[in-house]
Amino acid sequence: MGRINATPTGKGYTLAKTFQGGVHLADHKEQTASQPIKKAPDPQRVIIPLSQHVGSPASANVLVGDSVKIGQKIGQAQGFISCPIHSSIAGKVVSIQSSPHPAGASSLAIIIENDGTNALDEGIKPKGDLSILSADEIKAIVKEAGIVGMGGAAFPTHIKLSPPLKNKIDAFILNCAECEPYLTCDYRLLLERTDEVIYGMRALMKALGVKKGCIGIEDNKPEAIKLLKALPEKDKDIEVVVLKTKYPQGAEKQLIKAILNREVPLGKLPLHIGVVVNNVGTAYATACALKQGLPLIKRIVTVAGSGVAHPQNLEVKLGTTFAEVIQECGGSNEGVEKVIMGGPMMGIAQATLDVPVIKGTSGILLLNKDELALEEANPCIKCGRCVDNCPMGHLPLYLGTYGEREIWEKCAELGALDCVECGSCTYLCPAGRPLVQIIKLAKQKIIAEQKKKKK
Amino acid sequence: MSEKYLLVSAAPHIRTPEDIPKIMYAVLIALIPVVIASVYFFSLLAVKLIVVCIITAVFSEYIFQKLRKKNTTALDGSAMITGLLLALTLPPNLPLWAAALGVVFAIVLGKQIFGGLGYNIFNPALLGRAFLMAAFPALMTSWTLPFNLDAVTGATPLAQMKFAQSLVAHQALFLGNISGSLGETSALAILIGAVFLLLKKIIDWRIPAGFMGTVVLLSGAFWLINPEKFADPLWHLLAGGLILGAFFMATDMVSSPVTRKGKWIFAVGCGVILMLIRFWGGLPEGVMYSILLMNALVPLIDRFVLPVRFGGKRKNSV
Repeated sequence: MGRINATPTGKGYTLAKTFQGGVHLADHKEQTASQPIKKAPDPQRVIIPLSQHVGSPASANVLVGDSVKIGQKIGQAQGFISCPIHSSIAGKVVSIQSSPHPAGASSLAIIIENDGTNALDEGIKPKGDLSILSADEIKAIVKEAGIVGMGGAAFPTHIKLSPPLKNKIDAFILNCAECEPYLTCDYRLLLERTDEVIYGMRALMKALGVKKGCIGIEDNKPEAIKLLKALPEKDKDIEVVVLKTKYPQGAEKQLIKAILNREVPLGKLPLHIGVVVNNVGTAYATACALKQGLPLIKRIVTVAGSGVAHPQNLEVKLGTTFAEVIQECGGSNEGVEKVIMGGPMMGIAQATLDVPVIKGTSGILLLNKDELALEEANPCIKCGRCVDNCPMGHLPLYLGTYGEREIWEKCAELGALDCVECGSCTYLCPAGRPLVQIIKLAKQKIIAEQKKKKK
Repeated sequence: MSEKYLLVSAAPHIRTPEDIPKIMYAVLIALIPVVIASVYFFSLLAVKLIVVCIITAVFSEYIFQKLRKKNTTALDGSAMITGLLLALTLPPNLPLWAAALGVVFAIVLGKQIFGGLGYNIFNPALLGRAFLMAAFPALMTSWTLPFNLDAVTGATPLAQMKFAQSLVAHQALFLGNISGSLGETSALAILIGAVFLLLKKIIDWRIPAGFMGTVVLLSGAFWLINPEKFADPLWHLLAGGLILGAFFMATDMVSSPVTRKGKWIFAVGCGVILMLIRFWGGLPEGVMYSILLMNALVPLIDRFVLPVRFGGKRKNSV
């Protein structure tokens, strides 16, 4: 077991599992948690970057002037770790150009003008029942649908489904922790489209040949827990594991530790200890790809923060700009200082609202001064809070001190490369020190140094 | 919004509301019961010493930082803690000029010379007291009985035991009606503040637990062997500056280890050194020296006592 705490859940007191370290955050989920998902109208124009996943960008297989249909493949996967890209609307390709990307810098994107026909690509049809599809067929469908990890990391899902033969996978975890504050897109999906999510989970389990399935969910979601515990008899083999609400409970390694009490060894992946973890949104996208034949062209985005007029969860076509999404939520309030893609702990601050929603956009947050941390950094007072609460057992204060002095070898010795970048240390630091930021820089420097040595 | 620039920086974008001044002021609040007790027992003498020490601490920090052309942190609360803690370790009738000198030593040579808060090796207040002990041993060991401030020079309970083999009653020790420094008289007042700090998670319980636990174990062992010669564990717990030192000085974040395991080692070390001094040292009391000596070992402890890494054992030291 991970550490166990008695915590109230939907059904009286049960034992909620958790991991060592981490932080308790004000979750701010009340803004959007009780509102049903709303479908956003299709935009007039979409900007679809060819890089929306970890790995090589896709290459465009349409030309300017081409007409495309909804779901049509417009970008071909390049290399082993890559994903195809599909059009989210029907219309005409007006440009293929470098555009601002929400993960930073710019990336080549296909810009499509909506023609209002809403014509579906001919290839989009149900793929048949789960019982008749083989594991390889499911993997192929997931790969062709361009499905990636929808929690934000955007790692191609078909790779996770194809572990090396020598690594026997015996457990599958559906990640419903959603430990980032503000975000409720996974929660709403689970609540409103439970059957699809479970269907997708079963498909992913079948693709992996796994019998043991767990759903890990934080105890601040009693509604969803109640719903899952009341699943029909045929789903009784799926175990619902209630987790303590603590950040970063949704981090893969911490989730596996809490649920299965297995530790991913340093420098290894979950598959090395026989586990595959997928997000709720990924399971849902998989269900859509099987049941409707629909590739990944839309997603649920939590639009929240005190800067949003009407915070809510929107189902958005990929390629819609942040500006349009915010407009759909009644526009922004006065005093917005920062716009973030993702959660406030690991999300990416945006310089412009002209960036598009991509596969990994779990949230768009508009935060004002009071919600943000803007103070200056002071010297470390060695309070030890970063050490006590680092989920990876690091010494963030020393990583910060060595990093500040650019002594990267020491950072490497202290295990900077194993940092999961959850940001708990920076969050907790009473001296306002940018610890995880320094560690991220140290990682880049260490990797650059290693590459130099190899050459 | 579009006319305005958006702020771009690396995650995380939110932070705990806790900051250094909030921690420092919480410690000051926790010391209020001790201050009240000291004023109750020593009236005006206590007020004068405390006020002089706090003001001197703030001013010496401010002046030193101005001279070094640095931003001043004189009001972040840490200098006030140093001043107040030092005052609480002084004999009530110490001349004010001597107290002020001790504070200047504590702030300038105990803290600012190392680079200010966060960089000091030793607990500044204790270093200031060590300086006064060395410079003015006579003044620093002439004690006053509570409520009887003019004439009587009463030896502290530990000195009475060490040099006259007589024991002061436990109840007097707990409530504070004994001769001693301003803040070490009432264990009750100190414990009230300590509970507040423990609940606010500003101090780690491991340090006072390890420190006092070691004292109880060691003194208990000797007491069982020879109850005629040695005082009982509870008496050792309540006498002298142990409780004040264990909760308010050994727990100083800057000069104690960062890992939980390291804190245990540090605390047990404090307890062992204290009992060595109390049993066999030339001085009746040794809380100050036990903490200062262990402070000196903290960099070493931090170098070798490391947390357990997730997913594997760490092979390298810091």
